[in-house]
Amino acid sequence: MSAPTDQISNLPKSKPLQSFVRNQLRNIAPVFTLLALVLFFSLASSSFFTMVNCMNILSQISITAIIAVGLTYVILTSEIDLSVAAVANAIGITVAYFTLQPDYVNIANLPMPGIIAIVLALLSALAFGLVTAFGVTWIGIPSFIMTLAIMQIANGVSALLVRGQIAYSYPSLITMLGSGSVFGVRWTIIVAILFLLIGHLILRYSRFGRYIYMTGGNREAAEYSGVNVKFIIGSVMVISAMCSGIAGMLAVAYFGSAQQNQFDSYLLDAIAAVVVGGTSLFGGRGGIGNTIIGLLVLGVLNNGLDHIQIDSFLKILIRGLILLIALIINIYAQKLKESE
Amino acid sequence: MMDQLNGGGGLPPLLQLTNVSKSFGGIAALKDVDFTLHAGEIHGLVGENGAGKSTTMKIIAGVYSDYEGEMRVDGKLVHFRSARDALSAGIGMVHQELSTIPDLTVAENVFLGHQPLTKFGTVDWAQINREAARLISSLGLDIDPKTLMGSLPVGLQQLVELSRVLFSGAKTIILDEPTSALSPPEVKRLFDVLRKIKAEGRGIIFISHFLDDVLEISDTVTVFRNGKKVATEPAASLTKDAVISHMIGRGSIGMHMGESAKLISDDTRPIVLAADAIGDGKTLQNISLNLRAGEITGVYGFMGCGQVELARALFGKIKLKRGHLMMDGAQRSFKSTSAARKGGIAFVPENRRMMLFRTEPVYKNVSIAILDRIHRLFLKPSQERKIAATRAVDLQIRPPNPNMALGSLSGGNQQKVALAKWLTHLPKVLILSEPTRGMDVGAKEDVIRIVKDLRDKGVAILVLSTEPETILTLANRVTVLRKGIVAKEFNSGTLYKADLLAAA
Repeated sequence: MSAPTDQISNLPKSKPLQSFVRNQLRNIAPVFTLLALVLFFSLASSSFFTMVNCMNILSQISITAIIAVGLTYVILTSEIDLSVAAVANAIGITVAYFTLQPDYVNIANLPMPGIIAIVLALLSALAFGLVTAFGVTWIGIPSFIMTLAIMQIANGVSALLVRGQIAYSYPSLITMLGSGSVFGVRWTIIVAILFLLIGHLILRYSRFGRYIYMTGGNREAAEYSGVNVKFIIGSVMVISAMCSGIAGMLAVAYFGSAQQNQFDSYLLDAIAAVVVGGTSLFGGRGGIGNTIIGLLVLGVLNNGLDHIQIDSFLKILIRGLILLIALIINIYAQKLKESE
Repeated sequence: MMDQLNGGGGLPPLLQLTNVSKSFGGIAALKDVDFTLHAGEIHGLVGENGAGKSTTMKIIAGVYSDYEGEMRVDGKLVHFRSARDALSAGIGMVHQELSTIPDLTVAENVFLGHQPLTKFGTVDWAQINREAARLISSLGLDIDPKTLMGSLPVGLQQLVELSRVLFSGAKTIILDEPTSALSPPEVKRLFDVLRKIKAEGRGIIFISHFLDDVLEISDTVTVFRNGKKVATEPAASLTKDAVISHMIGRGSIGMHMGESAKLISDDTRPIVLAADAIGDGKTLQNISLNLRAGEITGVYGFMGCGQVELARALFGKIKLKRGHLMMDGAQRSFKSTSAARKGGIAFVPENRRMMLFRTEPVYKNVSIAILDRIHRLFLKPSQERKIAATRAVDLQIRPPNPNMALGSLSGGNQQKVALAKWLTHLPKVLILSEPTRGMDVGAKEDVIRIVKDLRDKGVAILVLSTEPETILTLANRVTVLRKGIVAKEFNSGTLYKADLLAAA
């Protein structure tokens, strides 16, 4: 057996199941978590596993999903973006700022035709992304701190534009996509699915996607292989800001209002979705598939806890614990992989 | 501790090794070495890489404890189990890579690990600063103990580390390559300090590749070759040539010059990449170099001579502070590694980890540098696999399975994958840093064959190495670097190993 005959099949084949689990732990664990949660809530509540409630869950996670697509890209390069929720908020408010508001809304705004308002809002998101990219790649500020600063700046922009008021009108396209539905399916779900699908295709099948994985897997090696690492990292920062901006625009229509601090839970939810799904915090492993599972875990958990008799204040704690367990699995899976 | 062992009338030597041997996994690294260091002596230690210098020093410093033979300190038999043992017996070491902490002050660095406390149990800063100032000025240096370590030039940081070792009470001080990063005035200052320490009755072991430095400062010089001590002589009776011939030994033709190579270069070949007086403001001072199509230019030098930086400066990884690059006769500057790659430059760094993705399959490792040539927008993994499989056959990568995770290949095969990256679309310039270091004989021969084959295909190749053998085996021309400048160039005739050692 041990003759050096260079057979391809001559690989160590000890305990294939164990080796499979080792390799796939980060993918298996979230799926089992999801199945377990669905099973639990279905048994615990008769109103949980119904068509209506399933659509509810999807609609509840749709905004987070759009943000999480961009964040998946960022985390795959082993960077982080803490500004996603604040940017979403600022862009949601920006699109309202450029829309004519009803008389009773006391905001000094700058009404524009709907399409121009949307373009201006998208350009603002682009600007946030470019500033982040510049800070992280050119100046060399760690993304953790840079995006913390951008978070504050975006919150500042939101505050200045609404000045404590609430806006209610948006371009009609935004109103339709954010709060309308087609054949009984909310547009936000369709948009989210599109984002996830395109996000997945780019990551898996494009050159850019490969560069993202390689940069996250070993940045130095990517650089010594002649990959423009700064461009890749700058790009994912811009992509993340654009996803957040679009999610923000849809969300104000989804919520029915645009005001300060209405996205507070979205930062944690988006990060949690990516990490619970099994994308490595060290970059290079995971993907949109993982993020989808993570989104569903979070959506089922948030929604399911409403369907059973539970102290609503305990919900926050439970979410925290689930996130902690996911983090432990995430790091553990990384160590297993490295110890090979 | 202080028992007087008045055997021969005088004091026993500070340190004495008798018949010390050490092997690693059955391979002898050190054979029957005798070595003696007296109080008030500076003892130079020279030899090529792998001759046994560092193994000996690691035994003395307590890093290796499983050796045969005897070691005596002040006449007393000792056997250290750890570096701590050695330190408490009065043996301290200053490594080539300084272990000072840049964000602490000079005084804090001197007292690191044993800060004096006040009677309240807090750190006694007044005493630390006072004592550090006294210690430093006793070496004839003028450094404010409250300066941050990181703000000092390397030469001064090294002296602070030396004073830390002195403060810990070391009577035997081992200095590993202390002059490799120093400018001539800094070397002079170090030597002044060493003479002061010597006058206090301490002993110094001075390990260095820089033979001029060794001969200048040492009282006695010991030469190692192939794990054996081959000579111990007073420095005054030695010349540089004599030391080199001890280091190399008698060659097959009876000369004391070591292996040799015939340099065959051709000045009519076009210059592909030229570096004109480039420097990075730190290690690289001023280097000019021409790389010609179809030739291998070897760059030889000791660790820290600027090879590592030179390769990175050419590949767009380090910014040039002075000088410029010319590619095919036109001035170019590469702002990033990807610009350099697109400009036709390829680089394989000295450490495989730096350019390989361990957990990814071989084919992704091979294709990463050529993705933009084989794919416009979307990937074609089948094509990547085909290319990787072809390279695996060309380069005899075993097993030739492009889907295998890179980390499961042997070291030599990983090095071949690192090369394979650049071979699908031939680069104009290939920069190889330590291409054969740490490889087994078979893999080494494979790599040498591949590199020569590329040269014959017209690639301009730069090979940087600290191993003379690598340079002699491959090069058509040789540039020797010393402390960031070009020390010597060899373009034709017979080049001996001794020439390289003497020039560096």
